[in-house]
Amino acid sequence: MNDVKTMTPGRIRTPGKIHKAGVSGILEKLSDVREMSLIIIIVLVSILLTFTNDYFATWANAKTLLGSISINGILTIGMIIVMISGGLDLSIGSVMCLSMAFAATAIRAGMNPWIAALIGILGAIACGLVMGLIITKLNLSHFIVTLCFMGIARGVVYAMTSGVNISLVSNMKEIPALAYLGSGYIGGFLPMTFLVFIVLAVITELYARKSANMRKVYYTGSNEQAAAYSGIKTKRVKIAACMACSTMAGIAGIIYMSKYSGVATSAGIGLEMTALSAAVIGGVSMNGGKGTIAGGLLGLLFIVLIQDAMNLFSVQAFWQDLIRYLIVLLAVILDVLQERARKRKNS
Amino acid sequence: MDALQLKGISKSFGRNQVLYSIDFNLRPGEVHGIMGENGAGKSTLMNIIYGNLRPDGGEIYIDGNKVTINEVRDAQELGICFVHQEIALCQDATVAENIFMTQIGKGKRFEMKKLAAEAEKILQPLVQGAINPCDPVEKLSISSQQVVEIAKAVSNNCKILILDEPTSSLSGSEAEALHQMIRNLKHQGIGIIYISHRMSDIFEQCDRVSVLRDGHMVSTCEVCNACVQHLVNDMAGREVNMLYPCKSEDECCGDENVVLEVNDLTDAKGKFSKVSFKLHKGEILGFAGLLGAGRSEIMEAIIGLRRLKSGAVIFKGKNITGKTTEEVFNAGLVMLPEDRKKMGLFLDMNIQMNTTANYLGQVSKNGVIDFSREKEQALGLVSKMNVRCFGINQIVRSLSGGNQQKVLLAKVLAKKPDVVIMDEPTRGVDVGAKAEIYRLLRDLTKEGVSIILVSSELNEIIGMSDRVAMIDSTGILVKDVKGCDINSDHIMYYISDAYKYQETNREVCSK
Repeated sequence: MNDVKTMTPGRIRTPGKIHKAGVSGILEKLSDVREMSLIIIIVLVSILLTFTNDYFATWANAKTLLGSISINGILTIGMIIVMISGGLDLSIGSVMCLSMAFAATAIRAGMNPWIAALIGILGAIACGLVMGLIITKLNLSHFIVTLCFMGIARGVVYAMTSGVNISLVSNMKEIPALAYLGSGYIGGFLPMTFLVFIVLAVITELYARKSANMRKVYYTGSNEQAAAYSGIKTKRVKIAACMACSTMAGIAGIIYMSKYSGVATSAGIGLEMTALSAAVIGGVSMNGGKGTIAGGLLGLLFIVLIQDAMNLFSVQAFWQDLIRYLIVLLAVILDVLQERARKRKNS
Repeated sequence: MDALQLKGISKSFGRNQVLYSIDFNLRPGEVHGIMGENGAGKSTLMNIIYGNLRPDGGEIYIDGNKVTINEVRDAQELGICFVHQEIALCQDATVAENIFMTQIGKGKRFEMKKLAAEAEKILQPLVQGAINPCDPVEKLSISSQQVVEIAKAVSNNCKILILDEPTSSLSGSEAEALHQMIRNLKHQGIGIIYISHRMSDIFEQCDRVSVLRDGHMVSTCEVCNACVQHLVNDMAGREVNMLYPCKSEDECCGDENVVLEVNDLTDAKGKFSKVSFKLHKGEILGFAGLLGAGRSEIMEAIIGLRRLKSGAVIFKGKNITGKTTEEVFNAGLVMLPEDRKKMGLFLDMNIQMNTTANYLGQVSKNGVIDFSREKEQALGLVSKMNVRCFGINQIVRSLSGGNQQKVLLAKVLAKKPDVVIMDEPTRGVDVGAKAEIYRLLRDLTKEGVSIILVSSELNEIIGMSDRVAMIDSTGILVKDVKGCDINSDHIMYYISDAYKYQETNREVCSK
């Protein structure tokens, strides 16, 4: 009975290897290799676009694509982590803006720019800590707490700046290193921001797969009570996940500030939705305990690609949201069908 | 004439045949027990009767008339009611609203007062006013909720009632209340199909009993002619001579052998107070008490999951009060929680990741998980616990109840502990797996592991424990007994609070 010799090594997201024929079998395979199927779709869409649009396969377009994925990507990493822990964070766009507002104000006050950047990031982390504490100590839902912080963080920014954008164009000239971080190109092509993003992505992906701490996040997200009975300090895990997410938002804020040489008080509005959609398309479960960094980021790449395609084909802005969220809905429906197929098989 | 008769019912899912030409009959006013291991086909058969599934072949007769049941509504119109194992009531709504849930909103206006009166009419003969129809369901005990479930089912012109393990989450005295109600229903002429794993239910309640095994109806007999051993053998399909292994022979209760000492433990929320006991090396200490007496809470407190008001836990000579659960586990004191789905397992994760959750440190180095070591450990545990699976990558949700429980045991025992607290280790597990788990527990004690066994099944406590500690309904540890004093009368006397009222009497009698 115990035929356990032919197994492949375990990975973070490997459902059972028993496959059935038919629709349920296909759906199950799809969830098995969500990353793979996303890569295939992305390649197919890219090929299609290459042949149908002259501008798509140009350096200039690639540059825009890579540039626009970086900040969103860093935010998405944070969102994925907090989602794996069983929550979500709607405040990331505002916290990102708060981080850069802090940093920019400090720079304007004549502070060392790197220390200023650190202050910005610390401000973001503080937001995460407070949110995490409220969520765990009072047993409130992530949704409502982070929703409030979305407004609160944005409100702080408005109050600090009186709603006026902060320009750092002259300051940035004196700090070329920080400016290079946001707007430099390696070899004249690869945006520095993209490099930062990729480095963060690789580190977090490895961390998510291999570290015992991140495994505890998966356990907590999968079944919080069982995690507690397994000796995991679930509250601490949840707070840490919130802080990790806000840290990413903080870093994204500094990069944003450096990229645009200033702070727009409206920066980051709506980015939480992009990050959330990307994660969902990438197979990160809204119920926690499931998903990978790579998957979520491929989801983001897919969204960015579709956005790019719509721009290239001059789809009106009014239509873009509609199409984008229809795709997200499709992904969610797919998830539910998968889940059902699995449950039906088990019952 | 039979209330229900099945002739040659068969059913298969794909190539997998689960029922082979089942013949079955139920007389009016009869309680007919159905036993069988998990996966024997009991649920499939009941779902066919209730119209959730359609049979591939065979005929169904009700009161002698041939019927076809295509969907649940057909079954309901024929007077068939099904009470599921899990309670599915609206916790915020009142008892009356729950009972008439299906009728409410069918166009007619309804008044709460009228509804309550109607509900009272149904409840009165069943429980004699013990349940107020205007109370919200969440205020009721689990057994009362079960009663409401049954009242809801019978409210609608019921002739045949199917009860699926109604006592699985009830303790002895609560089950008794339920049984009283079943007897009342029986007198009303309702035929009852009673599915249970508990022998005591079958022998006390049922008129006849049928055993299903691997989709075959193996035997049907009058309960008065039945014997436990035959039933167990029929269910398992082989001789299960010894459900409970022999108890340890050597006396091990000397003070030098104490591994765990609990002194005056009092809960911050008042669930239990002044609990003191000692656990010796290699012994099984049974914890008997009614449901809700605070047994699980005491155990949670010991492993550091509950806040204490006072008291101390001394483990291997060290005070571990107030340590985190992780530290307690690593010191060698572990707990198997009672509800494997809610508190025990990560159902959507695979076996490998479940088995290593308690001791991640064991398979990782500097915080990095070593996958090959994790896999190795999981493989070892799976074969040691005899988990039947396709491989360690199988998702735990897809395993049967017994095998899930074995995975949970593997998870808890991944590192050899000194003391294991087992809270209901065999709940919802079939006889075969039960025997395996009991053997495993006894083997552990031979290796010097001490076990605290918490269970609502008195037979389990009696069959397994070297010593039994008894908690009364207010969370006070009354007494512990060993050897020949471990018998059901004695235990019930203490856990049901009876000792409070006739302490003196008892002393006289026992002499």
